[in-house]
Amino acid sequence: MDNVILSLILLVPLAGAALVLLLPERGKIPAWIALLDSLFTFACTLHLPAHFVSGRGGFQFEENVLWLSHPRISYHLGVDGLSLWLVVLVGLLAPVGVLASWKSIQKNTKAFYSLFLLQQTAMVGVFVSLDLMLYYGFWELSLIPIAILTAMFGRNLSEASATKAALRFFLYTFIPSAPLLVALLWLYAHTGSFDYAALQAAIASGSLPGWQLGWVSVAFLLAFAVKVPVLGMHGWLADTFSEAPVAIAMIAAGKLGLYSLIRFHVELFPALAREAAPWMIGLAVAGILYGAMLALVQRDFWKLLSYATLSSLSFCTLGIYGFTLSGMNGALLQTVNEGLIGAALFLMLGVLYDSARSCQIASFGGAAHRAPRLAALFVIASLAMIGLPLLNGFVGEFLVLSGTFTGVGKGWATAAALGVILSAAYMLRLIQKIFLGEAETNSPRIRDLSWQETCTVGVLAMIMLAMGVMPTLWTSTMEPALQGVTQRFLTVDQAPVSAAYGAVTSASTGEPR
Amino acid sequence: MTPDIFRIFPEVVLTVVGVLVMVADASMAPKSSRRPLGWVAAVGVMAALAASLWQSTLPAGTAFFGTVQTDAFSTFFHVLICGIVLVAILLSIDTLPPDKSPAQHHVGEYFALMVFGAVGMCLLTSAVELLVVFIALEISSISTYVLAGYRKQTGKGPEAAMKYFLLGSFATAFLLYGIAMVFGATGTTEVREIATLLPAARSHVFVLLAFGLMMVGVLFKVSAAPFHVWTPDVYEGAPTPVVALMSTAPKVAAFALLIRLLYGVFPLLHPLWMPLMWVVAAVSMTVGNLAALRQHNVKRMLAYSSIAHAGYLLAAFTGSGTEPIAAVGFYTAAYAAMNVGIFALLSAVGGYDERRSTVTDYRGVLYSSPLAGGLMLLFLISLIGIPFTGGFFAKFYSFTTAMQGGAGWLVLIGLLNSGIAAAYYLRLALSIAQPAASSAKAEGLSSVGVGVTLAVGIAALATLVLGILPGHVLDAAHSAAQSFAAVHGF
Repeated sequence: MDNVILSLILLVPLAGAALVLLLPERGKIPAWIALLDSLFTFACTLHLPAHFVSGRGGFQFEENVLWLSHPRISYHLGVDGLSLWLVVLVGLLAPVGVLASWKSIQKNTKAFYSLFLLQQTAMVGVFVSLDLMLYYGFWELSLIPIAILTAMFGRNLSEASATKAALRFFLYTFIPSAPLLVALLWLYAHTGSFDYAALQAAIASGSLPGWQLGWVSVAFLLAFAVKVPVLGMHGWLADTFSEAPVAIAMIAAGKLGLYSLIRFHVELFPALAREAAPWMIGLAVAGILYGAMLALVQRDFWKLLSYATLSSLSFCTLGIYGFTLSGMNGALLQTVNEGLIGAALFLMLGVLYDSARSCQIASFGGAAHRAPRLAALFVIASLAMIGLPLLNGFVGEFLVLSGTFTGVGKGWATAAALGVILSAAYMLRLIQKIFLGEAETNSPRIRDLSWQETCTVGVLAMIMLAMGVMPTLWTSTMEPALQGVTQRFLTVDQAPVSAAYGAVTSASTGEPR
Repeated sequence: MTPDIFRIFPEVVLTVVGVLVMVADASMAPKSSRRPLGWVAAVGVMAALAASLWQSTLPAGTAFFGTVQTDAFSTFFHVLICGIVLVAILLSIDTLPPDKSPAQHHVGEYFALMVFGAVGMCLLTSAVELLVVFIALEISSISTYVLAGYRKQTGKGPEAAMKYFLLGSFATAFLLYGIAMVFGATGTTEVREIATLLPAARSHVFVLLAFGLMMVGVLFKVSAAPFHVWTPDVYEGAPTPVVALMSTAPKVAAFALLIRLLYGVFPLLHPLWMPLMWVVAAVSMTVGNLAALRQHNVKRMLAYSSIAHAGYLLAAFTGSGTEPIAAVGFYTAAYAAMNVGIFALLSAVGGYDERRSTVTDYRGVLYSSPLAGGLMLLFLISLIGIPFTGGFFAKFYSFTTAMQGGAGWLVLIGLLNSGIAAAYYLRLALSIAQPAASSAKAEGLSSVGVGVTLAVGIAALATLVLGILPGHVLDAAHSAAQSFAAVHGF
């Protein structure tokens, strides 16, 4: 089982997509198939943490089959602490996405669910590929369903803006991946391999020509930074969030880019990533503040959410490029958090939008009376996003901030902490304007969450709570993988990370130090 | 000792079938349907394909006084060309205008011309003597000139044919002039002899002039910039099933010829032609893509995109060793699969009368005919070069080859270009995927015949196989390159 589980996770959604295409589009058939298929996939992904040996270094559940002998490309899969929880997260978000689309997607369900499942395969593929060409394949493949679904199921019913959003998303990500492919081909021309471990060894040995390698690492960085997105490359984000169907918007940002930054920039080019770190830290802190301040003044909640996402993803970037263990740990945890919280918020705002046909914050008010379940769960998710202790957002942000404080600089940490305060301001303002107060007479009709939606968001909220109370369950598997990355710098910098880390885990669980 | 006739067996089969179709057309009752002739032609091309495969069991060697060479190289391109022509014929059976229309009278001729064109293209890939090369090129060109003007009723048909004919004749004249110069310099037209005699040629000016003239001729045929201006007009005017053929098969043959000329005739000039190919590749892809970006007519857009693809293909020639030959072989196969596929669907969905012609006309195809729309998306995704489709590996091999030859900047230009290309391919793809406005032509496909289904099926299957399991085709391309290298001694 262990040696086919990753293939199974990749193939089950693909088979589901094929099944959706083959069966007739009658009633809820495609939706049910997608739901069952994604639940089964999720069950498969749970096999990974259950059988993961957390002390052991390196990759587990590996599969390695030669795909092409010339050029040498392998079907090489494997997970470690870095990718483990991200795979599970993708597995979890798939049924969530199906349930979120249950009511809103009524037409052309075959196209929707088959592409949705294809997207899942592509995303899992990105996280588990250990051959860079295979990785690149899934990376590119993941663009197609998002672009097509955005164009097909554009939320605003105006095709011109949906096409614009889809094209923007696609080109923003596709064009930087051109230099990425050049860089990959260059690496292959100089090392004769696309294998992750082989490339890592070759780069570490220092035998590759230096200045060109620098550009190679820049090409990698650029491609991933757009996908995150990092400040300055976020042009696609607001459009995609406003236009894409909920199930797609909730998976479009964050994970893929952040994972790739850690795996294929920081781990592959440690020395060069270190050189890029000051720039990335600057961009990250600027992104936190810029995103938060813009979120503060948005009138449209999709736009607000997109800037809030930019801000919270910048936290992750900050954690990664601080090169401290706690920072990286926090960044990775925050990546998972962002996925969960974003999914919950998207689902609920999607319900609001679908029933009211408006995304203007001012047009709501007093929604808590009419939609109590929606209001309660929305508040929980928002608090998690703000970083309230005992919820998952707190642990991630705290780890990032403490890592930044000790490893980067007090000034940066203080500036980033301002972002946390601002996040409280904009999220609470959103809650106040939409849910609290008296309903105006002409405010739109809204519906409460259905039982499926309540269960879905409820499960997400429970996980948020669990991750806030017992973060060590997660960090204990993440940490050994990240230790390898930071190790060589710790010996140089002597950053007192372990002390800060101990403080964090005890603080977040509420135990006295 | 293999009898000479075996070396041109596929060509013989095709010629016999072509003549048969023509004679049958003439002797059939004027009002009767010519559609069965299409099936005869299709079966004939299949027989030629089988004959090509059978040829691979023969030991490599020459025939007819060293003018024709069969080996893995010729077999690879024979099979590819026969495959393309087969798909084009299957496609035409269903998409040519219905029996009652005036164009009906020439349907038999149409199929005969397609088969004769295949004779020329096949011969072009196995000819190792420059006059045979010229004759083969003319056989294939003349039949495509006629086919391009098949829609005589519209103004654009004859215009396309005339433009194609005039410019094409000039191009072949250049080629012929170049051959004459080579003969003047070396006293022979046999490829291998030229290569050995060239270093001792009396005049270098002659050799350079000959090379330049021949390059003009061939680069015109592959529609590389700056010899590309005919492409959009001809593609727009020619019937779509013919474009499916002429955007692929003659180009495949012309690329085989280009390989023969560069590596067979002029290996001496390698230091000269490698930078030349670099420049032509960079210019072709940039010009093609930038122009395609501004097109609204789908056929014109794909015409410019084919110029860009010629650029990606030429990029492979900057590689070293036998790699470029294998990369070009694979690229032509993948390009043929996806391009024939998209044009097949354009002719099925857009109609022979082209009721759909612009990008916006294709809106809602995914809803009115889901299968056709979905497959169009597949071919477009492959043309963009997304992994797990043939288009990706084609570009991948071409650019890997260029990278290993040290042309890193060209690779960067190429891949940035594929970013530009993605914009216009995606515009069409998104248009297909969006619901049609209520006033648009929302009707689905009236009836889809067996021919179209087979044609599109073959193309789609090839596109996916080349993207997911390219191993076999790649091995074939490599052995083609090896045998080519063995013949021409490098």
